Amino acid sequence: MSDSEAREERHEAVLRVNGVAYPVTVPARRLLSDCLREDVGLTGTHVGCEHGVCGACTVLLDGEPARSCLTFALTAAKHEITTVEGLSDGEKLSPEQQGFKDCHGLQCGFCTPGFLTVATAFLRENPEPTEDEAREAIGGNLCRCTGYQNIVAAVMRAAELRREGEPTQ
Amino acid sequence: MTTQMFGEPVARVEDDRLIRGKGRYTDDLAANTDALASAFLRSPHAHARIRDIDVSDALEVEGLVAIYTHDDLTGAMAEPLPLLIPHPGIVDGRTPHALAKDEVCHVGEAIAMVVARDRYVAEDAVERIRVQYDMLDPVVGIAESRDGSTYAHADMADNVAAHLVQESGDARAAVEAAPHTLELDLDIERSAGMPMEGKAVYAQWDGREETLRIYSSSQTSAGLRAAVAAKLELPLSKVQAVIPDVGGGFGTKIVHPWPEELMVSWAARTLGRDVRWAEDRREHFIASAHERGQLQRVRVGFDDEGRLLGLDVEFWHDNGAYLPYGIIIPIVTSTQLLGPYKPANYRVEFTSLYTNTVLVTPYRGAGRPQGVFAMERTLDAIADYLGKDRTVVREANFIQPDEMPYDHGLMFQDGRPLIYDSGDFPASMEKIKKLVGWDDFEDYREKARAEGRTVGIGLACYVEGTGVGPYEGGRIIVETSGKVRVATGLTSQGQGHETAFAQIVADQLGVPMDDVTVTTGDTRLIAYSVGTFASRGAVMSGNAVAAAALDVKEKALRVAADALEASPEDLELVDGEVRVKGDPSSSIRLGTIAVLANPLRYAFDEASKAATQFGGATDYNKPPVAEGDEPGLEGSGFYSPIRATFANGMHAVIVETDPETAEVNILRYCVVHDCGTLVNPTIVQGQVHGGVAQGVAGALFERMAYDDHGQLQNASFMDFLIPYASEIPKVEIDHLETPSPLNSLGIKGAGEAGVIPGAAVLASAISDAEGFAVTRMPISPSELYTLRRRFKAGEIPPLRPSSHPAKTGER
Ligand code: FES
Ligand code: FES
Repeated sequence: MSDSEAREERHEAVLRVNGVAYPVTVPARRLLSDCLREDVGLTGTHVGCEHGVCGACTVLLDGEPARSCLTFALTAAKHEITTVEGLSDGEKLSPEQQGFKDCHGLQCGFCTPGFLTVATAFLRENPEPTEDEAREAIGGNLCRCTGYQNIVAAVMRAAELRREGEPTQ
Repeated sequence: MTTQMFGEPVARVEDDRLIRGKGRYTDDLAANTDALASAFLRSPHAHARIRDIDVSDALEVEGLVAIYTHDDLTGAMAEPLPLLIPHPGIVDGRTPHALAKDEVCHVGEAIAMVVARDRYVAEDAVERIRVQYDMLDPVVGIAESRDGSTYAHADMADNVAAHLVQESGDARAAVEAAPHTLELDLDIERSAGMPMEGKAVYAQWDGREETLRIYSSSQTSAGLRAAVAAKLELPLSKVQAVIPDVGGGFGTKIVHPWPEELMVSWAARTLGRDVRWAEDRREHFIASAHERGQLQRVRVGFDDEGRLLGLDVEFWHDNGAYLPYGIIIPIVTSTQLLGPYKPANYRVEFTSLYTNTVLVTPYRGAGRPQGVFAMERTLDAIADYLGKDRTVVREANFIQPDEMPYDHGLMFQDGRPLIYDSGDFPASMEKIKKLVGWDDFEDYREKARAEGRTVGIGLACYVEGTGVGPYEGGRIIVETSGKVRVATGLTSQGQGHETAFAQIVADQLGVPMDDVTVTTGDTRLIAYSVGTFASRGAVMSGNAVAAAALDVKEKALRVAADALEASPEDLELVDGEVRVKGDPSSSIRLGTIAVLANPLRYAFDEASKAATQFGGATDYNKPPVAEGDEPGLEGSGFYSPIRATFANGMHAVIVETDPETAEVNILRYCVVHDCGTLVNPTIVQGQVHGGVAQGVAGALFERMAYDDHGQLQNASFMDFLIPYASEIPKVEIDHLETPSPLNSLGIKGAGEAGVIPGAAVLASAISDAEGFAVTRMPISPSELYTLRRRFKAGEIPPLRPSSHPAKTGER
């Protein structure tokens, strides 16, 4: 084993995920998506394509959506990472999560973490979107199950919940 | 009173964990464990003989655990994979090996398996395996395969996998004798289900118990278990299959077993370690499964009203390199082509062909989109030829409600007669015309034309055989807490089964839904099952859990009757308790009945005291557990229908085509849908939305682009155009409910309906907009652009030729 460690250098870093510090030791090529799932043990972040198109792996880096399958884990160490597990406030669902629940915005749920993180960032920036804006905001994520109609509805519902003074994240 | 749940738009119980990131998809279970990872070396060539495999370089990779090739496999593992659904129409049924033996027949076929510390290392090793090939000519595409000058399998003398003819009446004579005839050549391309979660397997071998547990992102628990047990030559009782959350299946995940499911299980046993594998997206494209590719030729004879006197269809189906799932798809095409219509005479002949492309298995709709395409294009052609409204020609051919049940005189995909159970097609037609505004469209077209816009309207009808057998089962256990545990062997890929089945059981047992927990696809809880496909979940398992609930109810009333000294007929189950009808004060909680149903020697808690030997009144002439009875408040039930139910529907769309770019823009998408009684309207609506999205995708965007060498040119989401939210229209839905007489709940399946008429309805609308017939789908803007040029050049006839040559109008 020690031979290979020499061959593939490992680096120590601390990932700050959902407000918790996780020390990890990973090779430079370790993807953030894999690191979150395999090393940190947060499997809510999913991998649907590993080439940056589907958006299932989207997490927030300092509040901005990022494809974790196109990000190296070590690069992310400089940022505050939020995954789907960090969206709710304990038992209480975030407005986005509640919106998806209310509007049947998911079926198999595999794409859902990516949509939720994107929607969260979007509504922080634009709390009163039109339906077209909501559709455009989620327009970089693929869902194979829902036909998107209910996802758009879910984002609109989340905006409404935020306005109704639900606690924001 | 407990509120009635059946039929209500109940929010899904599975959502809470999924939106918190607490889903349990197969690879989530394996993540962050010390399971070894695996990767597969796959053929880069479509057709070749393997001369030599050299792994010496790969052995250098640190972290490597093992490399396997076909030479390492023995016994059943070395044999070809099973041909799952044998059929007399199969002439030569080829199936792949778990790892290729000598010959590879498509790009992506697994040749070697690498097991290593993690996936990165496994891939490093895969890269270093050197294979020497003798290249063979590949067969790509249906036309080339049909032509038969090269063979997809080196030892075959043609490419024919299967051939089947079905006929009712004498269609060819009827076509000859008809006042009008038309002939159509149609072409529908390959697509694929593309679930967002690829396939994934996680196998655990327990060396002491000699048992295997396999988790898989599969559509069948029992089938997978049986297949793995057979291949690993293990007693069935030593293998358990658990299907956790599945990130979409759409048919693609039904094949049991996939080579990887066998290899991961086999490696786990061989190494005595947990082993995992998760497919990457490119692997999914080249090594899972596709569907849809067919060439079709239709000859039809009809009268002045457009009534079908004779319909003679021949088609060629591309089944890819292997045939593990048999010929279900072309059988479905050949039978479901009939839709809501009753041609006086019908003949269908198909040939299923091998090509050196990845294998073809059912993808949502499974052969129906192709069948509907053939029939609906034909009816449009008849309407155009006769100068009649397209809805009028359809109405002239509808099976009428009073003709139900309707026997087509053919055999369906379940090996049973093709008999429609119910439906009201004229009523559906009225609804869809109203919903889309069919009769007002010409006015709208005029207005649009005045604005320089080109619009078109299309309509397509379908009937979908759903809820095919042989059976599905349910088991229910009422715990002493009163909580109800339900298990059914069928799996869930996002259809909300946990919710729908809980609704059914809650109603039957008169308990709140919160008290009901449903588990799907776990052979530890229920061994007998078939699987989730062909829109059968709600029909089969819905009725099975209802039967199990009746079983429980009967026992609960019997036990309660003893305790309450009443007769079971005077009792009812309400609000989680059994009550004497009309006397709510005389009642007993379901949990207490569960206690009483299990005579105990030992008291484990307060509740169980009542059931011990000295706990209550006893009849000393009877044993504690009566003869023929069992301890506990449990029940089980199976549902096995005599034949499939038939859901149906009609879609109508309005499109606008761009005069410059030839882009197709969907302005309205309307659906009238009849799947019998709805268990949960919200879930059904979601199924329709998702189906329509895949139908639109298949009609306008998605196509598997193989080059002449059998290389898939668009094996990524960059190049294979799965639509985003920006491409999918809003869907307007109206329901009709004609309950199925075949099951007590009146349910028909709803999973696939949305996708089925997609290609047909969009071809109809685009044809209507452009003024010439579209006969090949999907259609991209550049293809439409080319068709326009050819149309202008007079190479394609207009939709409505001003005068018909007597008798025959060839198109
Ligand atoms: S997995 Fe990262 S975008 Fe698809
Ligand atoms: S819910 Fe299945 S992929 Fe979106």
